[in-house]
Amino acid sequence: MDITTIWAFLLAFAVFTYVVLDGFDLGLGILYPFFPKKEDRDLMMNSVAPVWDGNETWLILGGGGLFAAFPLAYAIILPALYPPIIAMLLALVFRGVAFEFRWRAVRPWTQVLWDRAFIGGSVVAALAQGITLGALLQGIEVDGRAYGGGWWDWLTPFTILTGLSVVAGYGLLGACWLNIKVEGEIQKRVRHWTRIFAFLTVGGIAAVSAATPFLDAGYFERWYGWPNILWVAPVPVLVGVLIFSLAKSIMWHGIDWLPFVLALALFLLCFVGLGISMWPYIIPTEITIHQAAAPRSSQVFMLVGAAILIPIILGYTAYAYWVFRGKLDPNEGYH
Amino acid sequence: METFLGFDALILARVQFAFTVAFHFIFPAFSIGLASYLAVLNGMFLWTKDEAYLRLFKFWLKIFAISFAMGVVSGLVMSYQFGTNWSVFSDRTGPVLGPLMAYEVLTAFFLEAGFLGIMLFGREKVGHGLHMFACVMVAGGTAVSATWILSVNSWMHTPQGFSINEVGQFVPENWWEIVFNPSFPYRLAHTLTAAYLTTAFVVGGVGAWHLLHGRHDNRGVRTMFSMAMWMIVVTAPLQIILGHEHGLNTYEYQPTKVLAMEGHFESQEDGIPLVLFGIPDQEAGELRYSIEIPRIGGPILNKGWDASLAGLDTVPDELEPPVAVVFWSFRIMVGIGLLMLGVGLWGLWSRWKGRLYEAPWLHRAALVMGPSGFVAMIAGWITTEVGRQPFVVYGEMFTAEAVSAIAAPAVGASLIAFIVIYFAVFGAGVIYLLRLMAHPPEKGETGPESEPGPIRSAGLTGKSPETGEPGPEPHPAE
Repeated sequence: MDITTIWAFLLAFAVFTYVVLDGFDLGLGILYPFFPKKEDRDLMMNSVAPVWDGNETWLILGGGGLFAAFPLAYAIILPALYPPIIAMLLALVFRGVAFEFRWRAVRPWTQVLWDRAFIGGSVVAALAQGITLGALLQGIEVDGRAYGGGWWDWLTPFTILTGLSVVAGYGLLGACWLNIKVEGEIQKRVRHWTRIFAFLTVGGIAAVSAATPFLDAGYFERWYGWPNILWVAPVPVLVGVLIFSLAKSIMWHGIDWLPFVLALALFLLCFVGLGISMWPYIIPTEITIHQAAAPRSSQVFMLVGAAILIPIILGYTAYAYWVFRGKLDPNEGYH
Repeated sequence: METFLGFDALILARVQFAFTVAFHFIFPAFSIGLASYLAVLNGMFLWTKDEAYLRLFKFWLKIFAISFAMGVVSGLVMSYQFGTNWSVFSDRTGPVLGPLMAYEVLTAFFLEAGFLGIMLFGREKVGHGLHMFACVMVAGGTAVSATWILSVNSWMHTPQGFSINEVGQFVPENWWEIVFNPSFPYRLAHTLTAAYLTTAFVVGGVGAWHLLHGRHDNRGVRTMFSMAMWMIVVTAPLQIILGHEHGLNTYEYQPTKVLAMEGHFESQEDGIPLVLFGIPDQEAGELRYSIEIPRIGGPILNKGWDASLAGLDTVPDELEPPVAVVFWSFRIMVGIGLLMLGVGLWGLWSRWKGRLYEAPWLHRAALVMGPSGFVAMIAGWITTEVGRQPFVVYGEMFTAEAVSAIAAPAVGASLIAFIVIYFAVFGAGVIYLLRLMAHPPEKGETGPESEPGPIRSAGLTGKSPETGEPGPEPHPAE
């Protein structure tokens, strides 16, 4: 495997880790409207208060890694997705400060305001990320070494579909996370919303999977051509198995962490499916990872650091999660 | 060319970058200083077992949490701004600057974010030793982050260690030369010291405010004011020396910037004057109504009393920065720096007289100077960044070449959104910060883990917080 391919996998790893970690934490904001009681909301926010900041850092690594390893792709994708990217950044501003400001608001109306900032920020960020994904899949117009289209090209029914699917998926991850962190009466309500968001997520996956092969003949060939179909068939089959297991785990009260793990596995398979569709392009079907790659001297310099530091980062991130493990006590901290 | 309200995409993108980065810069500068201060306070508490240090630690920790969150979210914007608005710059410099920023994320951002939760909420869960370790990791992370990003910034001022490939990209040839480029050590020392000095003035200002409100007997208040005044009297003169050294380095590598800072439109043959004030007129190429001290400018630039100087009249017009901006922002920075030195010496004098806590005029001065560090830092930054125009990579790439081929309305609309939202959101944040500062650090001060309402310490074993009262919310009218 050459170093550019290694970097493509590393970047994919960073993006997936971001989805794993920040997905559920954005999902809490998506679930907020369905948990209007203040004590429920306090509990939900406290379930991620010590870790949300680290979760969001993976998004910076995703952006920074793309800039460093594939500068040409960074320089084309971001202008092409200008409005959704800016919307996502501003949404994350609202959402991030809500974690701190919510506790500082003295008057009830300002508290309501920051709750809404948290909801709006989470939903818009998730929607923008889904739209970005869809826009990348449907293709970006390239002119030389720059974006060649208009500033609304990204907006199509397909990108709206991917946007809404990601909102549903993050909502599912958020609900599964809460299922681990809470107990008692609120857990019952969490499980109810887990089922609803699981249903929406599965619908989203089905719709996006059905639409993708028709975006481009290359995608169709990759999924339905012979003999490719033999190689890629395990993906949809496994997705089916996972959906079935997830349904089982959330219909009957079982191990609390199982739905979360199954939902993540489902996300992983969708991610693999995405990789199968796009490979070897970083901007389908214009620019391959090798065309966008930074010079070898850049890639080598970074790879040394990444190889040493990423395991350390995963280590202390896991430690932070371990310190704050277990069910939340809704009475703790109240006086 | 397509415009938005009469502005083209280039100027809108420049204003947007300047606005978002200047706003962002305020928070990490404060976090860098405050994280180190918190580590010192916690260390002092563990060493002396003096409750006043723990009280101060908890007091400033709540402020730190808010400031840090604002730094994170405004910083996230920066990591994508290069691509959205400056895509040609990203494509061409990505191979050199991208890896440095990736190292910043890997060595600093994760470290800060990973240990922040433990620093804020984890003392009861992990014990004093590991909690102290987390505080040091957060403080170290902020400084490491500054190191990488200032290396990036310095390379754009004094680029070296690269070649240019067939598509115009900067290709790294020697990483040592890139990271340790000529202006980097000076810029790093000057900027980090600025962050510490700025924080010392905020801490001193808050202490002074409480002293002016008759809280002389509060040991937390006395301790914070005393610590701040020591810090100021050490770092203010140090900063002036570092600034001077940085200036000499700039004169060596970016002489045009120094000419603009000093207002030297005309070449000098016999002795270089030091310009105190004047009105720069770039069109005419002269400094109107200038007040100068003859000959002192030579020794300041490490030259003789009768040295000669090639002025801006030797620089082609299209390679000159906007002189008035650089000239005035430099004077604001230097003026504040001298006032800071004055406050530091005044504090030392009062301490020597044994009246540090009973000197209302000193306290008033410290209060007024509380936010001055932020002004000085932004002014200094404007000096250095505007001073290297019209280049974005000095001598190699023009700012005008760097911008994305993006529609002006897109940049204009997003600029308006940034301005409105930043002022609303960060304005609210500053109000919350001021409220926390206005409430004195009491005995039994609660930390973020035992705030009213929230259960910040999620998990199994957390001991119940030490006080039974909900954390008091000071009234804004106080």
